[in-house]
Amino acid sequence: MERSYDNLSAKEVFQTLGACVKGFRLASVLTPVFMILEVIMEMIIPMLMASIIDEGVSVGNMNHIYTTGFKMIAAALFGLFAGVMGGRFGALASTGLARNLRRDMYANIQTFSFSNIDRFSSSGLVTRLTTDVTNVQNAYQMILRMFMRAPASLVSAVFMSLLISPKLASIYIVAVFFLGGFLVFVMRRVTGYFRQVFEKYDELNESVEENVSAIRVVKAFVRGGFENARFSKAAENIYRLFVRAETMLITNMPVMQFTVYACILSISYFGARLIVSDELSTGQLMSLLAYCMNILVSLMMLSIIFVMVSMSAASARRITEVLREKPDIAEPERPVTEVKDGAVEFRNVSFSYGGNSEKAVLKNIDISIRSGETVGIVGGTGSGKTSLVNLISRLYDVNSGELLVGGVNVREYSLETLRNSVAVVLQKNEIFSGSILENLRWGKEDATMEEVRSAAKAACADEFIERMEEGYDTWIEQGGSNISGGQKQRLCISRALLKSPRILILDDSTSAVDTATDAKIRAAFREYIPEVTKLIIAQRISSVKDADRILVLDQGRVSGFDTHEALMESNGIYRDVYESQNGNGDFDE
Amino acid sequence: MAEKVRVLRGPGAGRMQGKGRRVKEPGKLFRRLMSRVFATYGLHIVVVFFCIVIGVLANVQGTLFTRLLIDDYILPMLKDAGHDFSQLLSAMARVAVLYLVGVMSTYIYQRLMVRVSQGTMLSLRKELFQKMQELPVRYFDTHAHGDIMSVYTNDIDALRQMLSQAMPQAVNSAITIVCVFCSMLFLSVPLSLLTLAMVGVMLFFSGRLSGKAGTFFASQQKNLGSLNGYIEEMMSGQKVVKVFCHESQAIEEFNKKNDELFESADNANKFANIVMPVNAQLGNVSYVLCAIAGGLLALSGRTGMTLGRLASFLSFNKSFNMPINQVSMQINSVVMALAGAERIFAMLDEKAEEDEGYVTLVNIREKDGELRETAEHTGVWAWKHFHQAEGRTEYVSLAGKVDFLGVDFGYTPDHMVLHDIVIHARPGQKIAFVGSTGAGKTTITNLINRFYDIADGKIRYDDININKIKKGDLRRSLGMVLQDTHLFTGTIRDNIRYGKLDATDEEVEAAAKLVNADDFIRRLPEGYDTFLTHDGTALSQGQRQLLAIARAAVADPLVLILDEATSSIDTRTERIVQEGMDSLMKGRTTFVIAHRLSTVRNSDCILVMENGRIIERGTHEELIEQKHRYYELYTGKKIS
Repeated sequence: MERSYDNLSAKEVFQTLGACVKGFRLASVLTPVFMILEVIMEMIIPMLMASIIDEGVSVGNMNHIYTTGFKMIAAALFGLFAGVMGGRFGALASTGLARNLRRDMYANIQTFSFSNIDRFSSSGLVTRLTTDVTNVQNAYQMILRMFMRAPASLVSAVFMSLLISPKLASIYIVAVFFLGGFLVFVMRRVTGYFRQVFEKYDELNESVEENVSAIRVVKAFVRGGFENARFSKAAENIYRLFVRAETMLITNMPVMQFTVYACILSISYFGARLIVSDELSTGQLMSLLAYCMNILVSLMMLSIIFVMVSMSAASARRITEVLREKPDIAEPERPVTEVKDGAVEFRNVSFSYGGNSEKAVLKNIDISIRSGETVGIVGGTGSGKTSLVNLISRLYDVNSGELLVGGVNVREYSLETLRNSVAVVLQKNEIFSGSILENLRWGKEDATMEEVRSAAKAACADEFIERMEEGYDTWIEQGGSNISGGQKQRLCISRALLKSPRILILDDSTSAVDTATDAKIRAAFREYIPEVTKLIIAQRISSVKDADRILVLDQGRVSGFDTHEALMESNGIYRDVYESQNGNGDFDE
Repeated sequence: MAEKVRVLRGPGAGRMQGKGRRVKEPGKLFRRLMSRVFATYGLHIVVVFFCIVIGVLANVQGTLFTRLLIDDYILPMLKDAGHDFSQLLSAMARVAVLYLVGVMSTYIYQRLMVRVSQGTMLSLRKELFQKMQELPVRYFDTHAHGDIMSVYTNDIDALRQMLSQAMPQAVNSAITIVCVFCSMLFLSVPLSLLTLAMVGVMLFFSGRLSGKAGTFFASQQKNLGSLNGYIEEMMSGQKVVKVFCHESQAIEEFNKKNDELFESADNANKFANIVMPVNAQLGNVSYVLCAIAGGLLALSGRTGMTLGRLASFLSFNKSFNMPINQVSMQINSVVMALAGAERIFAMLDEKAEEDEGYVTLVNIREKDGELRETAEHTGVWAWKHFHQAEGRTEYVSLAGKVDFLGVDFGYTPDHMVLHDIVIHARPGQKIAFVGSTGAGKTTITNLINRFYDIADGKIRYDDININKIKKGDLRRSLGMVLQDTHLFTGTIRDNIRYGKLDATDEEVEAAAKLVNADDFIRRLPEGYDTFLTHDGTALSQGQRQLLAIARAAVADPLVLILDEATSSIDTRTERIVQEGMDSLMKGRTTFVIAHRLSTVRNSDCILVMENGRIIERGTHEELIEQKHRYYELYTGKKIS
C-alpha cells in the first residue's frame, strides 16, 4: 500500500521540512557563517606565508617574520574557534531538526485514521520515523557544514590565486573545469550503476530472508544444494555489478592526482619563468602551490556531498508525505458527548476502502440492532465482517448511507465519546510491553483493583493471571511473546471491558481460546454485562449459535439476519458452514 | 513452537548485547580476517602494497622537487642573466614521468582492491549461505531472523567499507608517514622534531575529544535503540491506540524518549564535529610554527636551511598531518567492521547439523525375488543398510512403517515437553493428533524428520532406527506440509517443482490436478508461469496452501506429515483444500495434526495429546464411546 510520492514538488518538500527547523534557525544560520569564517582564515594563512618569505626571509627582516607569524597564529586560532563553533552549531541544528521531524511526524500519526495508517502501513511508518530521519539528519549536517564550506573554499582559493597572479590562476580555472566536468560525468554514471546494484542487492537479501523463514521447507525437501547453487548465481551477479560500479568510481582518484600533478608542474614551470622575469616572488609561488590542494580537494568534496544529499532526497520526500498527510476523519464542530444506549442502525450503508466505489466491500447494508442484543456475525473471508464492525466506532467512514449509534449519526459524536462507548477487540490485537495491570488499565486509567479483577473475570482471564507467580504484575514482553495466543486474546477482551462500553465488538477474538473457555466467556457476558450490545464475529458457529440473532454476510451483502434455528431453515450459506463444522468441529485450542 | 524456544533466551537478546559489547580479542579476529584475504588474494595484496609504495614515492619526489626548483633553478637564474629553461624542462620531464608512474600505480592498486574486497565479500556471502543450509533447525528457532539477516546486510557492508577503504587508506597513510618523515629529516632535523611535537599535541586533543564523543555515542546508541523499539511497538499497535483514544499518552511517552535522544545525539555529534577543525587548525599552527622557525633558521644561515628546503618542508608538513587525520577518521569504520566480522565468524563457526547416518535410500529393481540396487529411476525404493558387524549389505523395501517407542523429548535437556510417546503406524495408515495448543503435536512431527533429536526412546522407520539413516535420505522419503505456507520467489511451476527438481511439466501439472490446485492455477492470466514474489502474497491463503500441497504431491513420498491450517478460509476454499489433502493422503502413511472433523473421523488412529503425553488413543467411535477428553473436545461439553 505504498503511496507514490512523485507528485510532491521539491518546493513542497523544502517548505515542509523547513518548518521543522523551527527552534534551530539561529544554529542553522550560524553554522555556515562560522564555516565560511574558518575557510577565510585558512585562506589567509598561505597569503601571510608568502609575505614571511618575501618580506622576511628573503630580505632578512626578523621583525617581519615575528609580526606576520603572530598574525598567522592568530588566524589559525580564530579559524579553530570558528571551526569548533561551526561543528557545535551544526550538531545542534541537525540533531534538533531530527528531533522536530520525529516529534511532528509522530504527533501527526496520532491524528491518522485507520485508512491513513493503512496507506503507509505500520512498517512504512517505522522506516520513516527511524532510517529516513537519520538520513535527513546526516544530509542536513553535511549541507550546513560542507555545502557552504567547499564552494567557499574553492571560490576564495581561486580568488586569492587571481590576486597573486591572474596568469597562473588561469591554470587553476582550466583545472577546475576539467576535473569538475570529469566528476560530474563519473558521478552521473556511478549513481546510475549504484542504483542498479542496490536494487539487485535488496533482491539478494530478500532471497536470503525467504530462505531463512522457509528453512523447514528447504530442509524437509533436502534442497540445501539447490538453494546454494541459486544463491551463488545471484551473489556472483551482484559481484559483477559491484565491480563494474566501483571500477567506475575509483577512476576519480587517479584523475584527481593527475590534475594535481599537472597543476603543480605547470605552476612550477610558468611560476619559475615569471619569477625570473620578476613578475612573481618565490613566496607567492609557494602560496600558489598551497592553494592548489585547497581548490581540488574542495571540488572532490563537492561531488561527494552531491551524491550523499541526492541519496537522502528520497528520505526527505517520504518524511514530507507523513507530515503533509491529513487525517480523513475529522471531529464534528459541535460534537455530541454522550451515547444514550447501545442501539446500532445501518441505513443503506455502502463502504469501500479508499473510496473506490467499484470495489465496494459492503453493499446496501440495512439492519437494526437493539440495545443489549447479542449478535453473531459469520461469513467467509472477504465477506465484509471486519469492515462492518469497524464502521461502528468510526474507524472508517461510510461512503453512502447512514450509521446510527444510540439513535445519533456517528459523525455527530466526538471521536473520544464514540470510541469510549464502543469497545472493539481488534482481530489483529496488540498487547504492549509492560505489566498485565498496566495493559488492562489502557481501558480505564484510574481503574481500581476491583474493577480490573472483575473485568478479567468476565473475560475468563483471571484464572490464568492468578496462577502466574506475580499475578497482575507479571511483565508482558513486546508483542506478548511470553503468553499464549489464547491468554493474549482474553487480556484484550478484559482491557476492552474495562471501558464499560455500551457496545462491545469482538472481531474473531476468541479464535485461540478452546471451545469450553469460549463458552464460559459468553456465559460470563450474559451474567456480568447483560445491558451491553455485543457483536461477535466468529469462525466457529458454536461461538455464535446461542446469540439472539446471527448476521450472515456474503460478499458484502446481508444474506440472512435471524436466530440460529431460523437460519438453519432458510439460509443455505449458514447451513453449509454449520454442517462443515458439525456443530463443534474444531479440535485445536 | 519456535516461539517457545525463543522465550528461553528472552526476546531481542542477540542484537542488543552485540551492540553495546566490545569485540573480544580484536587482534585475533583481525588476523583471521586477514589470513582469509591473503589465502585467496595474496598476490593481489603484494602488488597493491608495491603500487601504494610507488604512488607515495612519486608524490614525495614531486614535493622534494620544489627544493630543487627554488634552490637550483630559480635562485641561480635570478642571480645570472642567462635564462636557460631547457635544463629545468628536462628536470621537470623526469618528475612528470615519475608522477605518471604514480598515477598509474594508484589506478592499478585501486582496481585490484575492488577485486579483493568484492571477491572477499562474494566468498564470505557464499560461505555464509552454505553454512546456513547446514545449520540445524534449532539454530533458526533460537535466533531471531532479523539477527541472522543483519549478518548478511549490516555486517558484510561494514566489512566492505573496511576492506575497500579503511585498509588501503591505512596502508597508504602509514607509508606516507614514513616516507614523508624521512624526507623531512633529510630537509631539516629541528623542523622535523617540531612537526612531530605538534602531532603529539594533535593526537592528545583528538584522543580526548574522541573519548568524550565515544561515551556520548554510546548513550546515543542506547537512546536510539530504546526510541526505535518504542516506535516499532507503537506503530504496530497504532490501531489499538486509536481504539482506546490513547493518543495523548502515546505522544507524551514518545516526546520524553525523543528529547533524551536529542540531547545525547547533540552531545555526541558536537564532540565528533569538533575533532576535525581542531586537528585541521592545529595542523595550521604546526605549519605556521615551522614557517617561522624555518625562516629564522634560513636567516641565521645555520643548519643549511635554504628557501627551497623551507618551501619543500612546508609542503611536507601538510602532507604529514593529513594522513594522521585520515587514519583517525577510519578508526571508527574498523571498529564497526571488526564487530561485524565477529558475528560473521560466529555464524561460520556455528556447529553444523550432525549426520552420522549411513543407511541410504536407493532405487532398486526386483530380480529373481532379490532386491538389486540400480542407478536407474525405477520409482521403487529401498533402504541400503550395511551391517558392519557382519560385513553384509541388506536392502529393505521402503514401506512407510513408523514406530515411536517410549520417546521423550525436550528443547532443552532440563525441560522435557514430550513424555513416553508410543505410536505404531503401519504402512498406509492415517494417524491424527488432536489436543490443545502446546500439547506437543507439532513437536512430535519435528522428530520424525529429525529436525530435532530425541532425548530417550527410539523411532524406527521400516524397522530401522532413524538415527542410522542419512538425514537427507530420511527427509527425502517424507513429505511435509506445514501450517504456515512458505513459497519462494519464482513461477508457480518452479514452486511446485521444488518437491522434485527433475519433474517434467506433465508431472507438475498432474500433481496440481491430484490436489485440486490445477483449477485455480489455470484461471490465473499466466497460469503455471505466474510469477510469485514475497511469499506469494498475491494469492489467497487457500491458494497458497494448495500450492504447498501440490509441492508435496509431486515428490510422491510414502510417508506424509501434515499440519492442517486453522486459518480462517471460507468454506468453499476450505472444502477444495480438504479434498486436495484427502487425495494426497490416499495410500500413504500419514501423520496429521488435525483441525478438521472429517480428517479426524477418517483416521485409523486418533491420538489425543495433553501436556506432552498421549492420554487417549483409538478410532473416532471408540473415543466417543469412552466419553473422556476427546468427547469433550468433540462436543464442547465438559464432563465433570
